[in-house]
Amino acid sequence: MNLFDFIAGHYDYWFIIILLAIGLYGMTVKKNLVKKLIGMTIFQAAVILFYISSAIKADATVPIIMENLPVDNPANYINPLPHALMLTAIVVGVATVGVAFALLILIYKNYKTLDENELLELMK
Amino acid sequence: MIEKNLPAIIPLLFLFASLIIPLLGVWKKNLAYPIATLTALASAILSLYGFVFVILTGPINYYFGGWIPPIGIEYVYDHLSSFVVLVINFVALFVIAYSYQPVEKELPGKQTAYYSVVMLLLTGFNGMIITGDLFNLYVFIEISSLASYALIGVGDKKAPFAAFKYLIIGTIGASFYLLGIGYLYFMSGTLNMNDLYNILPHMNDSPTIIVALILIVVGLGIKMAIFPMHGWLPDSYTHAPSSSSALIAPIGTKVGAYAMIRLLYFVFGLNYFSQELAVSDLIAIFSSAGIIFGSILAIAQKEMKRMLAYSSVAQIGYIGLGIGLANPFGFIGAVLHLLNHAFMKATLFMVAGSIIMKEGHSDIFKFDDTYRKKYPWTMAAFTVAALSMVGLPPLAGFFSKWYLALGTIENSSWLFLAVILISSLLNAVYFFRILEKVYMKSPEASAAKEEIKRNEIQFSMLIPILVLAIGLIVLGILNFIIVEHIYKMMPEGML
Repeated sequence: MNLFDFIAGHYDYWFIIILLAIGLYGMTVKKNLVKKLIGMTIFQAAVILFYISSAIKADATVPIIMENLPVDNPANYINPLPHALMLTAIVVGVATVGVAFALLILIYKNYKTLDENELLELMK
Repeated sequence: MIEKNLPAIIPLLFLFASLIIPLLGVWKKNLAYPIATLTALASAILSLYGFVFVILTGPINYYFGGWIPPIGIEYVYDHLSSFVVLVINFVALFVIAYSYQPVEKELPGKQTAYYSVVMLLLTGFNGMIITGDLFNLYVFIEISSLASYALIGVGDKKAPFAAFKYLIIGTIGASFYLLGIGYLYFMSGTLNMNDLYNILPHMNDSPTIIVALILIVVGLGIKMAIFPMHGWLPDSYTHAPSSSSALIAPIGTKVGAYAMIRLLYFVFGLNYFSQELAVSDLIAIFSSAGIIFGSILAIAQKEMKRMLAYSSVAQIGYIGLGIGLANPFGFIGAVLHLLNHAFMKATLFMVAGSIIMKEGHSDIFKFDDTYRKKYPWTMAAFTVAALSMVGLPPLAGFFSKWYLALGTIENSSWLFLAVILISSLLNAVYFFRILEKVYMKSPEASAAKEEIKRNEIQFSMLIPILVLAIGLIVLGILNFIIVEHIYKMMPEGML
């Protein structure tokens, strides 16, 4: 396997790594708290995409028994577990974003700003 | 019959309470506290019963929906998890019983929501301890974390920002953990901890497993607040309401430490993380750096809650060090310290909360010997807990440090032994600083004229503090029984 095949063959993983990096960048470098939160959602989405893309199987179908596809060959059906897990992870992510927005509203009520530098200045 | 279902009953009891409190809260506002206390009492009794049952007849495995693992989700109630559940639920019971007055004062009119979230927090913690499934563990980590963000965020003016920081860092940790178990799942095809323990030795060389181990250690390290990943902890504990910090500080990081023990010793296996990869050494080094760093910063603090928060960073380092030593004495030290530190930190944070409630501040430099006259019993409990933190025999804190020190000697790691000894001295510095003021410093001349009356805190707050403080003495004296029991918790092949 040459280098090009290695890079092209894993293109979905490269994409996920870029997303993870964007998310981490947003959370650590951006000064606006809403942008930090956006970075966090991108980071979570990258993990979710990792599960989904790893569960893909070529030439396989949805895991519902069909008469013309024998069950004894697992290659015929996609593994549904990663998708089910990610449904839960998406729900967890939604709840996290909800709590985060509630906290942001509280911060804005207390300080009238969402900029990290200004907040640290105000908190001294 | 109830024994078979015990692993599921304890988390579900808390979940049920967290739903019933807001429903009944619409009808009567002051029902929240009694329901929360009764639930905590019931689960403390259930976990005590389960603990005794496990000792007498062996581990309980509960299969959700009757599906046999590895397909179904398994809840494991073995020696280790039954012990930690018992510790968590007992400390939680006393802190919840204590919290009536502080919550009424700091969060007036919000009791219903507050206790509902507290119950959700305990659902998460108990679930994290009992579950035998990796993804289930992730869900419970997130339940407990979301509840603790909320409990911290309702504190003083700076609390929402501290909670937001914790939320961002905590979510990174949980996502790392999720990524790590993704690697494990796609390599092995199972999420069941026992099953993985049997499968992993066949694929030890794979770099995927190594990356998974690193991601999981980092993710749980953030939850546990091991030294370079502790950034969220001091601010969160300082600005949270005193009842929240008294609840989260003693048990929150301990449950993270338990999850770390569970995954390293019971999923990856002792041999893998300590012999084949040097992850255990890394954990031990970072933990000892955290012990020194946390102790020194604790000395530099002026505010009592913040000092206790930095002291938590140092104390969690002891548990991390015990995990990293990866020998029987280190394991005993880590598990024993998990118990002792939960009791000590609960006592100390409850005392700090009581002082804030009575005096309106907890500035160490304003302490003087009028505090001793005003709150004799509270200060006595504080003294016991402080001496236990320093490690004076026969108090509980001495014995966990003793076993950790034995563990470092067994590994011939003299540097870590020096860290334990030095940090005991540093602990003495920052606690004796307070004790000296409380027992010896005369008040300022202007204030001295006022007559000092005894002004002890209410019984509902005092009794939990005293019970935990007496518990420290009892645990210290009875430690040999506990240690004998900890031998049963060790993974096979450790001795």
